[in-house]
Amino acid sequence: MLGDSMALRISRPLFERLRQHGEQTYPHECCGLLVGEFDEAGNKTVKSVVSCGNMRTDSPHNRYHISPAELVRIQRESRAAGYDIVGFYHSHPDHPAFWSRTDLAEAHWTGCSYVITSVEKGKATVTNSFILLDREETKHFANEAIEI
Amino acid sequence: MSIKILIPIPLRPYTGEQSGAKLTGWTVVGALSNLVTQHPDLRRHLFAEEGKLRSFVNVYRNDDDVRYLAKEATPVKNAETITIVPSLAGGVSACACPTALQSNRM
Repeated sequence: MLGDSMALRISRPLFERLRQHGEQTYPHECCGLLVGEFDEAGNKTVKSVVSCGNMRTDSPHNRYHISPAELVRIQRESRAAGYDIVGFYHSHPDHPAFWSRTDLAEAHWTGCSYVITSVEKGKATVTNSFILLDREETKHFANEAIEI
Repeated sequence: MSIKILIPIPLRPYTGEQSGAKLTGWTVVGALSNLVTQHPDLRRHLFAEEGKLRSFVNVYRNDDDVRYLAKEATPVKNAETITIVPSLAGGVSACACPTALQSNRM
């Protein structure tokens, strides 16, 4: 039901907010959630960007981990507002805005967007989105258009 | 006796796109077993072969991670909520980054 033709729709202020988060945490990775809704075609519209703390204090420059307790809380609040978790974002300090093998290995939210921003010398540059497809054993990322 | 189970987006293809369910069960594993009985395709996405929850599947009883309670045997009471959340992590380490994909550059 999902594929390369899907798009992630996000307003300019929210798009800039997630990019600025990567600048604020540089040289560490930032991370957060995208809350919104799916339309019948499978496109996602982001209604809010929720910044989260990076639990990987042992290696915050190249790893991130969002607390499951924070996920549970945000998921519950999102549903109460009529929305859902539709994706996630994180930054790659001084690395390209492309998913890593670690990103894929630790990605389990099939159907959701994984937005990655490259932050070069403290400045957010490229931002790309990837959708996680298929089941756990055959999962893979596909490019996803960002419509601002 | 009714337990509410919240189902995240990745598991909905295996629950007929249901985002939640109300089921019976005295323990977490009992409620989840009832869920997979209703939706057999869900079983291998929740449980490993030995019957334990898969390593990346987090299960909460209300606000508590069941791993720090009695794991799958954690008791549940009427009107409590079980939330399933896959883990969320990653990072640039082991990056296979190409030089392409220069879209959305500001």
